[in-house]
Amino acid sequence: MAVEHIVAQGAEHLFVHGLDWTTKELFTYPNEFIYWSIQIVMYPYMTGLVAGAFVLSSLYHVFGQQDLKTIARFSLVFSLALLPVAMMPLQFHLQQPFRGANVMFTPHFTSAIAAFGIVFSTYAVIVLSEIWFVYRQFFVDQVNVLKGKKETKDRFMYYLYIVLTLGAFDTSDGAIAKDKKAVKILAGIGIPVACFLHGYAGFIFGSVKANALWMSPLMPVIFIMSAIVSGIALCMLTYIIIMEWHKWSAIIAKGKGDEKVHMIAGAELDVITKTSRYLLGFLIAAITLELLDLIFRGYTAMKSWDILRSVMYGKDFINIFLLQYTLGNLVPFILLLIPGLTIRRVFFALIFVLFGVFMMRWNVVIGGQAFSLSFAGYMHYHMPIIPTNLETYKEGLFGALTVAATPFILFWLINKVTPSLEFK
Amino acid sequence: MSCSRRDLLKNTFKATLASALPLSAFKMLSPAQVKASVGDSNVRWVFLVNTKKCVGCGLCVKACKLENEVPYDPPITRTWVERYVVMKNGQTHIDSPMGGRDGFTDSKIRENEIPADEIAKGFFVPKLCNQCEKPACVQVCPVGATYQTKDGVVLVDRTWCIGCGYCIMACPYGVRFFHPVYKVAEKCTFCYHRITKGMAPACVQACPFGARQIGNLKDPNDPVAQIILNQRVGILKDEYGTKPQAYYIGLDNNVR
Repeated sequence: MAVEHIVAQGAEHLFVHGLDWTTKELFTYPNEFIYWSIQIVMYPYMTGLVAGAFVLSSLYHVFGQQDLKTIARFSLVFSLALLPVAMMPLQFHLQQPFRGANVMFTPHFTSAIAAFGIVFSTYAVIVLSEIWFVYRQFFVDQVNVLKGKKETKDRFMYYLYIVLTLGAFDTSDGAIAKDKKAVKILAGIGIPVACFLHGYAGFIFGSVKANALWMSPLMPVIFIMSAIVSGIALCMLTYIIIMEWHKWSAIIAKGKGDEKVHMIAGAELDVITKTSRYLLGFLIAAITLELLDLIFRGYTAMKSWDILRSVMYGKDFINIFLLQYTLGNLVPFILLLIPGLTIRRVFFALIFVLFGVFMMRWNVVIGGQAFSLSFAGYMHYHMPIIPTNLETYKEGLFGALTVAATPFILFWLINKVTPSLEFK
Repeated sequence: MSCSRRDLLKNTFKATLASALPLSAFKMLSPAQVKASVGDSNVRWVFLVNTKKCVGCGLCVKACKLENEVPYDPPITRTWVERYVVMKNGQTHIDSPMGGRDGFTDSKIRENEIPADEIAKGFFVPKLCNQCEKPACVQVCPVGATYQTKDGVVLVDRTWCIGCGYCIMACPYGVRFFHPVYKVAEKCTFCYHRITKGMAPACVQACPFGARQIGNLKDPNDPVAQIILNQRVGILKDEYGTKPQAYYIGLDNNVR
């Protein structure tokens, strides 16, 4: 009877979600697997980058931090490029990806995920309208420059810019002043919304009472702080790479005898030094909260502490204390604090910071599933490297790389319409 | 006819009100709510497990898999049986190979020989969905695809579940999993399709020792309800506040 049953259901094609990448140790309940894998690590990581990039740009627009002027415009456009990518990991992760929109149709508001559609769309509207106000004058200028040009590409761009102005061609001083005011207001509203967007990503984890590692009221705040850290770090890093790239391509062009090329200064150490101060501030806040959480768990030593301790200080020791805290937090901290900062040193510090925040997400998402709900066994996650089917692509290394690469492709495209680096 | 600003505002207000009133007579219901409102409120399904009667034969797991079309060999199951072996030194060995489907015929636990003279006690504990009064899985579903019926059973709408896995994460008992064929969240329903027609759940029917029973807590004459009300019974993991409705006779403090 059993055999017929399997054949009837085509058992040879059956894919048990989680079975491919989970190994179990000691006693776990039969249905326990690593259900939330690499894409759910990517999800808070990417939303964090979006929120952080936006907060960085708002520091200039709202609080008038003049030292951030150069990087503010860039980080605003970059946060737009990151925006659609915050949804990608979820889409990759869903067992029924085509039903993803159900969250919009029948949001079930007792669920933390149900608010995603609303918070996310609100945030998208704010980012888009802020960019529009920042670039409106530029759009109008472009329309005037391109008017009457005959080339197909110019015609296309001409019409594109006309559409982008939304019919608002007024560039009088009064109108521009209004634009600036709108940007300031939007950036002001944007900060709490960006923090909410990410804080609630933390809430998704922090409110799961069944999970001993996740359940903590500090989780949303920890997520916001590390989000801002990673967002600032990624903006700085991309800024350095692009500016240095421009500098070197100019130098190479000059070397080839092209005398028309202007020399470009490359990334400005001044901008980088000042931005890294904000980075350090948020980094300290993030580490403080994380350590507070850890100490509190150890001190109160609830029922779950035995297994949590064996995971944190035993199985995940390298991931948590070496890769996350030492390499991802302590090393960049020292690198940024040693006097006589150089672009190269900042560059390496930023890579460590980004890696550290990624490891934090990893240790929360994967670490939270490293032990059984029975507290009597462990589970290990083996990330699929070589995809053997759609599932192991989506929830494996290449799926994660696809998600990580998309914002840069989008930024390259968006930057063609709203140049965020040359335009000062 | 002229229309002053005052008139325009007045009429707009009237028209809005007039159209809003009939609309407010309708209540937007999710498919889940509609289904849930059909249930019988004089019934509260509860489960009673007598761990003293369970011998770990696994017939309940077999019956469940066949009845509910849960693929037979993949290691996922709506119900399972755990074996506990407590040693004299206090150490506890627990296992549930294939959810206990094929019985516990091997005295080894995870390839380890357990010295018989060191054993203090040993017993079996069947597990299934607790059909909680305050189900965490229903709370976290972002689309309302999983819902509680009026008679207390938590069901999943296979046509609406998006497969995010949040409910699987939220369940403290680990009873949920993804169905390999339907690709949606799957769980024990107390065999809702059977109990609502007066039949017993497949596992209850298959159990040769009467270790599993189902009953209606709202019926004072129900034998299961009488045991739950009059005798000493335990529940699993009450610290999560989900108010589980599967009761256990002879529950040991080693049970996870």
